[in-house]
Parts: sequence; C-alpha cells; structure tokens
Amino acid sequence: MSSSTVQHNISATQTGRSTAMGHFLRRLAPHIVLLFFTAIATLPIVLIVVNSFKNRSAIFGTPFAPPLPGSFSLEGYNTIVNQSDFGRYFGNSLFVTLVSMTLILLTGAMASFALSEYRFRGATLLGLYLALGIMIPIRLGTVSILYLIVGMNLANTLWALVVVYTAQGLPLTIFILSQFMRQVPSELKDAARIDGASEYRVFRLIVPLVRPAIATVAVFIMIPIWNDLWFPLILAPSEHTWTVTLGAQQFLGQFVSDWNAVLAALTLAIVPILVLYAIFSRQLIRGLTAGATK
Amino acid sequence: MRQQRSRKPFPTHIVVFLLPAVAIYTIFMIWPLLDSLRLSLVGGSGAQAGQFVGLQNYHTLLTDPQWAPRFWGALRNNLIFFAIHMLVQNPIGLLLAVLLNARVLRGRAIYRTLLFAPTMLSVVIVGFIWQLILSPLWGVAGGMLKLVGLGGLYQPWLGLERTALPTLSLISVWQFVGIPMMLFLTALLAIPEELDEAARVDGAGAWRAFWSIKFPLILPTVGIVTVLTFVGNFNAFDLIYSVKGALAGPNFSTDLLGTLFYRTFFGFQLQAGNPPMGTTVAMMIFLIILAGVLLYLFVWQRRVLTYEL
Repeated sequence: MSSSTVQHNISATQTGRSTAMGHFLRRLAPHIVLLFFTAIATLPIVLIVVNSFKNRSAIFGTPFAPPLPGSFSLEGYNTIVNQSDFGRYFGNSLFVTLVSMTLILLTGAMASFALSEYRFRGATLLGLYLALGIMIPIRLGTVSILYLIVGMNLANTLWALVVVYTAQGLPLTIFILSQFMRQVPSELKDAARIDGASEYRVFRLIVPLVRPAIATVAVFIMIPIWNDLWFPLILAPSEHTWTVTLGAQQFLGQFVSDWNAVLAALTLAIVPILVLYAIFSRQLIRGLTAGATK
Repeated sequence: MRQQRSRKPFPTHIVVFLLPAVAIYTIFMIWPLLDSLRLSLVGGSGAQAGQFVGLQNYHTLLTDPQWAPRFWGALRNNLIFFAIHMLVQNPIGLLLAVLLNARVLRGRAIYRTLLFAPTMLSVVIVGFIWQLILSPLWGVAGGMLKLVGLGGLYQPWLGLERTALPTLSLISVWQFVGIPMMLFLTALLAIPEELDEAARVDGAGAWRAFWSIKFPLILPTVGIVTVLTFVGNFNAFDLIYSVKGALAGPNFSTDLLGTLFYRTFFGFQLQAGNPPMGTTVAMMIFLIILAGVLLYLFVWQRRVLTYEL
C-alpha cells in the first residue's frame, strides 16, 4: 500500500497534478474500468450457475437472488440425470481429448525433435509444410474428411474425432516444441551419444527437459478439442458418440422450455472447464503468448 | 571396405521420428484440402455429376440467382461480423491490456484470469447463455436495463432481422476479448520501462506517451491480432448454428460463410446436400483467408518496423 502511494506520488508530481483528490481518482479510475469489464465477463456465467440451483418460480421471480432455503432446488439436475446421458458425454469428451492430446504430444514431440536436431535435405521445407496448418483451418477440408472417414469405416466412432483433432493440433505443437527443443544445449545430447545412447534414448532424455513447454502446449490445444461442435456434428452425430458440446447442444435444443434443465445442463458444461482453467490458467496464458508472438 | 563403413548409414531414426506426425497430418489435413479443391471442380448434379467442369461451380456460386444472393449475403455478413470485432473487441482488448500493464495494480492476476474466463467456454454454451439472458421470457436483460433507467431500450435483439447479427457479433466479442487483451499485454510487458519514463520526464502525459512511444512498438502485435481475428471470424460457425440453427435466421440475416458451407454441403429442410458446391464454398473461404494472410505477410509485415527491445 505505502509503496504504491509513493509510486503514484511520483507520477502525479511529474505530470504536475498532485492534488489529493485528483490522485485518489487517478488510482481509482483503472479499477473502476477493470471492475466494469470483469463484471460483464463474469456476471452472465454466475447468473446461469446460481439460477441452476433454484426452483422455477425463483428463477423467473428473483433471477438476481442467490438460492435460499425457500428457493433451492435440484430439479434441473434431476431431469438431466433421468433424461440424458451426460455421464457418457463426459466420458466421450474425455476419451477424445485425452487420446488426441497423447497422440499430438507424442508424435509432435518426435517430429519436433527430428526437425530441431538433425540437418537433412528438405528439413526447412518440411518445417514449412507442417506449419501450413497453423493458418489454414482444417474445417475447410471437411467434405473430403467425411468421405475419408466413411471410407475407413470410422464414421460415428470417437476415433474419427481423434484422428482429425490430432491432425489439427500437430502444426502448432510442432512449431512451438521445435523452438523449445532447439534451446536444449547440445553438450547434453552429445554426452549421451558418447556414452553410447541411441538416438531414441537421446530423445527420451530431451523430452523431460522441455516439460514446461509440453504442458503449455497441452493446455493450449486441449480447449478447442473439448469445445468443438463442428466435427462431432459431422463425423460422429449418433447419440452414443456425443461429446459434451454436442450433447449439450442437442439436449438444450430439446429441453428449450424446461428452464431448470437448461440451466443445469449449462452449469454442468461450464463448471468442469472453469475448474480446469483455474488450475492451469498460468500455463495456458503462457502458451497463448508463446504461440502467437513467435 | 573401409570406405563403405565410413559412409553414413541411412538415417532410419529420422524417418521414425517424423513419419507418424507427417502421415497423420498429410492424410487428415493436407490431402482433404487438396481433394476438396478437386471436388470443387466437379459437377454436382444432373448430367454433369461427377465430371470435371472447371470453374463452373465458382461461376454458379458467384452469379446464379439461386446461389449468388446467399453467397454475397453471407460474405457481407461476415465482413460486418469482422468489422464489429475489429471496432469493439480489439480496442477493448487494448484498453484492458494497457490498464493491466500499469506499474502498480492490485489484483492484476485476478482481473486477468476473470477477464479471460469466457474464452475457455464452448461457443455453444456461450450462445445458450446469452440466448437465455437476452430472452424476453426470462427478462434479465430487460430488468437490468430498467435498473439503470433504460428499460425502454430493451428489444428481443436476437430475433430481429436488423439487430440479430450485431448482437451475435457482440456475444462473440464478449467471449473472445481476452485473446487480444493477452496478446497486447504480452507485447506491452516487453517494452522497457525506461522508454516510458524518458517520455514522461520530457513532459509527455500518459496519453501522449502511450500513442507516441508504446503504440508504435506494439504495431506488430496489432497485425497479429488483426490476422487472428480475420481467420477466426471467417471460420466461424458454432455460435450462429447453436443460436440460430443452420438457416441462420431471421431471413438469413445472420448467415456467415461457415453456416452457408454447412448448409450447402449437408442440405437443409427440403434442399438436398450438394458436396461439390459445398467444397466450392469452402474453397472460397480458403481464398479469402489466404488473401488476408498474404496481405498481412507481404504488406503489413514489410511496412511495419519491428524494434528489437
């Protein structure tokens, strides 16, 4: 508190406006603006979550009040448990996200290692080829992807989503990871080689060293996979393969007039992601900036 | 013998490292894109079905009275969608970044985390959240306006032809404003404090110091934010589909190129899907995105000076 006052005193005198009132306002102003935008960003979410725990009359009568003993109700969650299969949607989303991430990180790390470690003919060109996918949305090839998936007998399976998301996630992963792998000192690798380690062994030595980068990339590619509507809708629209996003979309469409159920379904889709976000936000933010500014 | 041994063996390990990623990427991303390009040059219906027809599908899409209004309408809507993001999302993102970049600020991390939170959510969920909040049935939006004495302004914005697209654009802005905020913040954090201090000592106010010292330094990020907004906006689909369905009503007023692509490919109501025309729409989106990216790479990046800090 005191150090910030000193700072502000300095900047206030520098600009020649050091009245006590003026400098109090100058300190307050940023907070007013930030609080205003933070409220806009969070209140809609809070409103949905809070109202999902209320009975119907309270949702409409007092939407801004918290659930009270008189208005508390789990009606919406009951509807969901009885009439939908949210547990399975979660399972499907979890499977698709985890398997895709594993494949992206494993094959992406291997390719990044090769691109950053060896000099071979066409290495630059291959790097560029793999980077193409950063800017081109994979969705534009959807028609042919659907034919391909149908031809491989993968339509309406979770594996269809896994392979497409893996292809989608690889370009950025390789782009970021190869930059980090280049920074690993070559003495380390050479020492291992002198000790007789194979190239595969060297790779396994390097991976733990870029773990922070891998974690960053992981969080960063996870969100679009978990949240995607387009590919589940097109490649795996049958009910047993619904992901949370597609399941919520279908469920919300059907139960549009059952406000308790809709609010509860939205809450179930929101809360896990926000909990994960709260845990991983630092890594995610680092990933976002690393991916876009390099 | 000796010479043979000193020749390098075939680098199997390089192939092993590269093959899985290159194969998956080529099969499921690059090949479908090329195959889509091929499909867009093939006839879709009637006698020409399956035959090479050159650019005829493109000609149909751009001029045929059945197709052209939808395409140009979606393109126009997409440009409005993009313009609203550029005029609202990115300036607010910049403002928030500047505020968060203040030397002394309590609660910086909390603000940053909360402001970025909506970006985490699925677009589908965001669409439904706002559908509920703006719904005249629930009356939350109307109630809030009444609270500040503007109750008369409330209208069912999502349902009106004139306001549906701007409303959906602002919902998208609400969700994604955290991205430009973070990118601008990173760029601002990289600027050494001495530069700012020097300007202040020379008598420049905060406003002046920002526009003449900091803003020129973050111009490269302005370019990145613009191109990311552009690519994201011309690829948008989920929000419109989840709020308005594939028909992008009322009366196609919220139709974007993404929903047009989906409708053309899959069909809707009585109209059957038309894969070759679908790929033609996709390739038009591709050309638009490519034009944007190339403009950025060859015009913006060449013109803008990047300072090593």
